[in-house]
Amino acid sequence: MRLRLVPQETNFDFFRYRKITFGGSIIAMIASILIWLTVGLNFGIDFLGGTTIRTEATSEVSVADYREALAPLDLGDITISEVFDPTFEEGQHVAQVRIQAQEGQESVTPDVICAVEDALRVVDPSITFPSVESVGPKVSGELIQTALLAVAASLGAILIYIWLRFEWQFSVGAIAALVHDVILTIGVFSLLQIRFDLATIAALLTIIGYSINDTVVLFDRLRENLIKFKKTALQEVMNRSTNETLSRTLMTSGTTLLALLALLILGGDVIRGFVFAIFWGVIVGTYSSVYVAKNVVLMLGLDREPKKPDAGMQVPVGDEA
Amino acid sequence: MLQIALWKRLLIVLTCAFGLLLAMPNLFYGTVERYNDAHLALERTGAVSAELEPALDDWPDVLPSGLVNLGLDLRGGAHLLAEVQLSDVYESRVEAFWPDARDALRDVRDQVGTIRRQDAPAGELRIRISEPAGIQQAVAAVRDLASPIQSLTGVGQTDIDVTGAGDIVTLTLSEAERAATDDRTLQQSLEIIRRRVDEAGTREPTIQRQGADRILIQVPGIGSAAELKELIGTTAQLTFHPVVSRQGTAGQSVDIDELLVPDLEFPDQYYVLERTPVVTGDDLVDSQGAFDQNGRPAVTFRFNPQGARAFGQYTAANIGSPFAIVLDDEVVTAPVIQSAITGGSGQITGNFTVEEANRLSILLRAGALPAELTFLEERTIGPELGQDSIDAGQIASIVAMAAVLVFMILAYGLFGTFATVALGINVALIFGLLSLIGGTLTLPGIAGIVLTIGMAVDANVLVFERIREELKTAKGPARAIELGYERALSAIVDANITTFIIATILFTLGSGPVRGFAVTLGIGILTSVFTSIFVTRLLIVLWFERRRPRTIQV
Repeated sequence: MRLRLVPQETNFDFFRYRKITFGGSIIAMIASILIWLTVGLNFGIDFLGGTTIRTEATSEVSVADYREALAPLDLGDITISEVFDPTFEEGQHVAQVRIQAQEGQESVTPDVICAVEDALRVVDPSITFPSVESVGPKVSGELIQTALLAVAASLGAILIYIWLRFEWQFSVGAIAALVHDVILTIGVFSLLQIRFDLATIAALLTIIGYSINDTVVLFDRLRENLIKFKKTALQEVMNRSTNETLSRTLMTSGTTLLALLALLILGGDVIRGFVFAIFWGVIVGTYSSVYVAKNVVLMLGLDREPKKPDAGMQVPVGDEA
Repeated sequence: MLQIALWKRLLIVLTCAFGLLLAMPNLFYGTVERYNDAHLALERTGAVSAELEPALDDWPDVLPSGLVNLGLDLRGGAHLLAEVQLSDVYESRVEAFWPDARDALRDVRDQVGTIRRQDAPAGELRIRISEPAGIQQAVAAVRDLASPIQSLTGVGQTDIDVTGAGDIVTLTLSEAERAATDDRTLQQSLEIIRRRVDEAGTREPTIQRQGADRILIQVPGIGSAAELKELIGTTAQLTFHPVVSRQGTAGQSVDIDELLVPDLEFPDQYYVLERTPVVTGDDLVDSQGAFDQNGRPAVTFRFNPQGARAFGQYTAANIGSPFAIVLDDEVVTAPVIQSAITGGSGQITGNFTVEEANRLSILLRAGALPAELTFLEERTIGPELGQDSIDAGQIASIVAMAAVLVFMILAYGLFGTFATVALGINVALIFGLLSLIGGTLTLPGIAGIVLTIGMAVDANVLVFERIREELKTAKGPARAIELGYERALSAIVDANITTFIIATILFTLGSGPVRGFAVTLGIGILTSVFTSIFVTRLLIVLWFERRRPRTIQV
């Protein structure tokens, strides 16, 4: 008996509910942008500057008591949140204290950190501080730039690569799918107010990598089938290619999600945001390869004039366009 | 039909074996780490402490001993990003020109008249002359002080720019000299930080230059960033100045070539000192923590011949007047000169504790930082948190691996088993390669490995799905396998190249943990392509040759 995620032969029409699927994607993107603009991202200190202190104590965390203890220090905006995680042991109570960047200072001075630590020790003598991180406004400004540059460079590099390997329509389709994935991820991060920091950017790039991987496999089959079925309508060839690769698409997403799920549950709270971003990205990335990338190519249309016969796919053809 | 040449088979098996061998030391992390520490100690000092001695025998010399470095987020430690205030140096460089400029202008007094130093922004020296007509002579006289720059880019240029306007001569460092100074300052700062961190005896610190004016310092195992900052954040600029007056008050205005400096012990007490020091810490050759004749902690110092001469001449000429020992803009002590100090050595007695005296001597010995540091970023991660992350990552990886394994076997049966064997080899190869290149494993890096576990089977899935399809057209199992591999190749290559591009971009632009993620992701792509194309193929071929099945089920 074999586990099959899809029947051996499938014949779905992936364009049948095009209005719903493609339209749905567009609506989801608009919604994401709206949430992003209204609610905003919960930027971490990497991008905003400031200090985060992780506290660990044997007794329950009382956010109100912590806040009261820190109020006299006059440090501006302080956020305190309790952290929960299945990997914590009994009697391990963790909280995250975040202090805004102080006026006129780069990183927070040791005096300030000491004062905060002393104040919290009064509330709970068992408290320890497993990590203290502080980023000055100068570095955070640069990190934002670097992050944007990294995302832009990745999209650019992929645009060029797909263009060289396939045709320009494919490359536009692939980028559309990637933009879709990135925007939906930003939307979810805004909606759930998950901390958005440098690691999230790395996750975004990974999503881009995963999604493009999926899209490329589909395009590769499409290219092969376009040569095989010269007379068939483009939409039909696309459907055929998607059906042929469907089993693989779901298998790979399945194993990847399975592995990520283990990490999401058991990997600890420190990287949960990072893993969640990738987890979410794999889902939307799989969806976008099937429903977004192809639709865009179909809309742009392909020039299917007979070309010189393709020697075979195993030869890495530099340029087919 | 389904053939792999013998040399290819050997190469595949050898590569795997080599990878496994390189990865193996990581299974015995603690033992190998102590073994490496002992060897390093042996190399550096020629001797091993009794504590480390047995570690030398704990690991066989013939086996590889490279380990994956653990990032700060896994090991715990402190991370600091410091910016060197390069312009600090311009000030003291320009300052050093004042006595020479004064002398040079005095030599041409009949043309320029009397001279007077003016207030000027930092890094600029302004001198007013009483005869504006002589401005050209004045500029020429000061310009004579310039010396050519010794650097590759600055050939044919001099170190100072001198301009004259009205009755004011202005001296600044030239563009080329600033560039050369910046570079030198940064190199010096790096060197001094490295010496201080080494003196403190911490293991495997990373001290790197970043960009034009930054230094990244990562010290594993240190308790907190504050502790590290105390060690490297102190400038430890030691200078000896003649005292003008002991009765200064805060905010008092002093002459242009004088300084108002508070006392280290009594911050309310101020001294007025001559701005130009007699000698500076640059002329120190040694410094030790010691005790003075009354048994109080003290710091001894010794000058180089040049410093000793200057100090000897000054003390001989000024017996009975006080001079001040200034450390980072605070007067440590201001004794009266009893006799000429010609031996070039002395001691500083302040209100030190023994630790303070020892730390000060380390700082003086390592040399003063040429410029002040501002800290732009600092992170401390406790070792417990790091260990928690390692444990959580380990469990998650094992569970992920098991889940993928079960999933693959359920979906592809025997072929799935081949793929999972390849997956195991893949993970080992990742660790092997990381150990070989001395890569750093970070927490996101562990996530990268888990992600690779999930994605690595992709290439196999592509192949297996293709074989299934080829089987439908009934060309016989051997041909189907052959075609499956052949036809899936272009998709595998394209898909992995794009991901590799992303990993490269992440590596170039990222830092720290993110870079660690990029490294494991990139290595994971290379090894997974290798294992899924070559290793599984070899396994399938070996199986096929033994069994010669008429039909296969994938």
